[in-house]
Amino acid sequence: MLWHKDRDLCGVDCVILPGGFAYGDYLRAGAVARFAPLMESVGEFADAGGLVWGICNGFQILCEAHLLPGALTRNGSLEFRCMPTWLRVETVDSVFTAGCVRGDVLQIPVSHGEGRYVADTETLEMLEREQRVAFRYVRQDGSALGDESPNGSMHDIAGIVNERRNVLGMMPHPERACEPLLGSSDGMQLFRNVAKLISGNGVMPVAAVS
Amino acid sequence: MTGLQFVAVSDADLAEVALTRAEYLHLAESLGRDPNRLELGIVGALWSEHCSYKTSKPLLGTLPTKGPRVLQGPGENAGAVDIGNGLACVFKIESHNHPSAIEPYQGAATGVGGILRDIFTMGARPVALLDSLRFGPLDEPHQRHLFDGVVAGVGGYGNCIGVPTVGGELYFDESYRTNCLVNAMCVGIVERGKLTRATASGPGNLVLLVGADTGRDGIHGASFASVVLDSESAARRPAVQVGNPFLEKCLMEACLELAGDPRVIAMQDLGAAGLCGSTAELAHRGGCGIEVDVARASRRETGMTPYEVMLSESQERMLIVARPGDVRSLQEVFERWDLHSDVVAVILPDQRFVVRDGDDRVCDLPLDLLVDGAPPREAPGPRPDRPAQGAGSGGNVPSWTPGETLLHLIGSPNLGSRVPVFRRYDHQVGDATVILPGGDAAMVRVDGTSLGLGLATDGNSRYTALDARQGAMIAVCEAARNVVATGATPVAVTNCLNFANPEHADVWWDLHDAVDGIGDACRALEIPVVSGNVSLYNDTGGTGIDPTVVIGMVGVIDDVSKRCGAGFRDEGDLVGLVGPVAAELDGSEYQRLVHGVNAGSPPRLDIDLERRVHSFILEAISAGLLHSAHDCAEGGIAIAMAESCLLGDIGVSVEIDELGSGEGLINGAAGILFGESQSRFVISFAREALVRLHELAGRHSVPFRGLGSVGGERVCVTGCIDVSLADVRAVHRGALIERA
Repeated sequence: MLWHKDRDLCGVDCVILPGGFAYGDYLRAGAVARFAPLMESVGEFADAGGLVWGICNGFQILCEAHLLPGALTRNGSLEFRCMPTWLRVETVDSVFTAGCVRGDVLQIPVSHGEGRYVADTETLEMLEREQRVAFRYVRQDGSALGDESPNGSMHDIAGIVNERRNVLGMMPHPERACEPLLGSSDGMQLFRNVAKLISGNGVMPVAAVS
Repeated sequence: MTGLQFVAVSDADLAEVALTRAEYLHLAESLGRDPNRLELGIVGALWSEHCSYKTSKPLLGTLPTKGPRVLQGPGENAGAVDIGNGLACVFKIESHNHPSAIEPYQGAATGVGGILRDIFTMGARPVALLDSLRFGPLDEPHQRHLFDGVVAGVGGYGNCIGVPTVGGELYFDESYRTNCLVNAMCVGIVERGKLTRATASGPGNLVLLVGADTGRDGIHGASFASVVLDSESAARRPAVQVGNPFLEKCLMEACLELAGDPRVIAMQDLGAAGLCGSTAELAHRGGCGIEVDVARASRRETGMTPYEVMLSESQERMLIVARPGDVRSLQEVFERWDLHSDVVAVILPDQRFVVRDGDDRVCDLPLDLLVDGAPPREAPGPRPDRPAQGAGSGGNVPSWTPGETLLHLIGSPNLGSRVPVFRRYDHQVGDATVILPGGDAAMVRVDGTSLGLGLATDGNSRYTALDARQGAMIAVCEAARNVVATGATPVAVTNCLNFANPEHADVWWDLHDAVDGIGDACRALEIPVVSGNVSLYNDTGGTGIDPTVVIGMVGVIDDVSKRCGAGFRDEGDLVGLVGPVAAELDGSEYQRLVHGVNAGSPPRLDIDLERRVHSFILEAISAGLLHSAHDCAEGGIAIAMAESCLLGDIGVSVEIDELGSGEGLINGAAGILFGESQSRFVISFAREALVRLHELAGRHSVPFRGLGSVGGERVCVTGCIDVSLADVRAVHRGALIERA
């Protein structure tokens, strides 16, 4: 666990920015957290090719910090949503999804009030063209959502990667889907993918930032 | 003494602090002088019903509070029970009704914030929140506004601080039109040795005020919660506090870091009556005194009087008692969490309550008089005669078939899907919720063990309105049943008693009877009451709420992997009914929907049968015989089965002998299908388990019979009901959604 006021990443192999309400998020999700001292180091780490994984609030912070394009605005329903969702893996060209199969459907829950992914047309086109949409919300059978979106995201986007594909942001919570007791273990695949890469380099642990 | 200001006390002055003239005279006589204005305000707050329990205390003493698991009964910030593995479960329920009626979002949010503090003050990490909400009819715009605001407030605070809201209950009834109810329960876990108490000791020890600066919000909150609402109540909005969940998160982490730390002699949160209530209780529990210097408290604004500083109910504040030599090192812990702290008080050897404003001594009261001196309120009159209530029928009864009745009931606001509520609560944060909201009880697993906690809040005010004692007994039984349905053994209770104006004899006697009923049921089921809260004066302009007993139940299952859900599981499983078949429609949701009344007597309760049914279900789940267990509650057998179908997304087909067939169906059918007889479960199980279940039922002397089987996509009761599950789902899902 790294402390928000520190600048030292302590030599970690992957930075996970987990969910939560950093500094209360009273203004706009992630708007304050992006100025945390540690975030400066996270930016440098990402620029140098380090693995950065933002989950929920972490995704919001990464967008605010411009490590990922676009923004996460209030859910279309204007209400918080905690519910199961199904994600279709849209690219396997990233460390995080390398062990998955394109088109796989993962059951991973969401829990957020500001998860509606928006970006301008150019950005959306670029993300699609470069296959940088990591996950899309779909129905359980993998088909496209109708009007049942959990948040009204453009293109039903649930997660994206950056240009270098070393930074992933996603609104759903894979860590809440890591054992059958919690209803799904589909999220475990993503952690395994990352751990596999890291252990290949002879290093194991994954650090979380609080 | 300087700064002391003698005042002539007018009726208006007394009304402001919600004291009666008799109480004032008792105070002045005990003091041997007139209190000054500050003293009067302080006494008014601490003698308010909210703080002093002057009406309910004589009654609450009869509740059973002891048991082999009880580590802490009523009297501290929360109760605590031993759950094994060296761990204690700390929990309590509390009301925030009056503030929520005025300002629903902040009222509900700070209700959650307050109950969270009660738990982490004891050193326990909060692991679950539950609520219990009641509003007037949902089709009225103002009720929709309150409902939306309260749900947003509960979620807003709980989601932000990162404690899952895992369960609760929600009802709509005319009786809550002018007084909504917002009760919040919090459950925490602590190593037994780190259980922290709020008992000050050691004269000369210092008291740190940690967290938020003190502002003008919430002044007179305690007194406000102890009077009836009126048309002026909106003007009391300053009496409603504003929550800052992120500050509370920091306060919580800092306090938990210090749980079990020998430098912390006592910890006490600031709730009702602010600095005044918390310092007085802290010292009183320890049999010492306290001297508070208001000049040392950091303030949010300038020009605040000692009166305002003492009575402010600014949120997210905590008191820590420490030896002088440890203060600095403790402050460093708080600073790491960006929390400000001030030394605001010192512990005195004598039981005095002294307030200074710098050099001026502005209040000096005997502590005992302040904390325990409120003259207890006796019964305002003899038990009034209740007119015998006839069974409720007549009027224009709709000519629905049983199938149509089922759809109307399960699509009504009281029985419809709660998904639109709990999807607004983060009910999974912490990765511990192993039974999600929507079934009988929720379950959270206990980190580092195989234990699970079954958690439920329950109470049916239609029953308590008809018979407070019987209704209260049923509330205990039903909350226990919810927990039992998951496989957890009920271990302790917290209760919230929401009543109208107790100065009316009928309300007072209902309160009396309800406490009796809780006590009787808890004794019979051997479930002690370890904490609770009383909210009186839920009355606006002479219209009071129905007596409302909310029971918060905690159960323990040793192996969380053996838990049982409420939804039907496998095609071909058998469905059985545990408990009696009777036709009791009085007080039921059917009676509300079809006859538009609440009349007669609540369902009968055989508490001994209830106990045996619990043992049967727990043993059956523990032996792995059941695939589902669901408590039969509002709406009776038919609704219970339909709910199990919805949860499992699979149909059911059953036959109930008493319904007969063909003609003669209609008369008795409604009672059998929708009557709310007690002590019942609908269960499902594999065919091979049938013989063992019959044996088990015989051994526990409980009625048990097979009804039919799970499967298909319809809800069928032979000769009576045949509706598609899709239709049931559609009306159930839409019950709380606002129609455009």
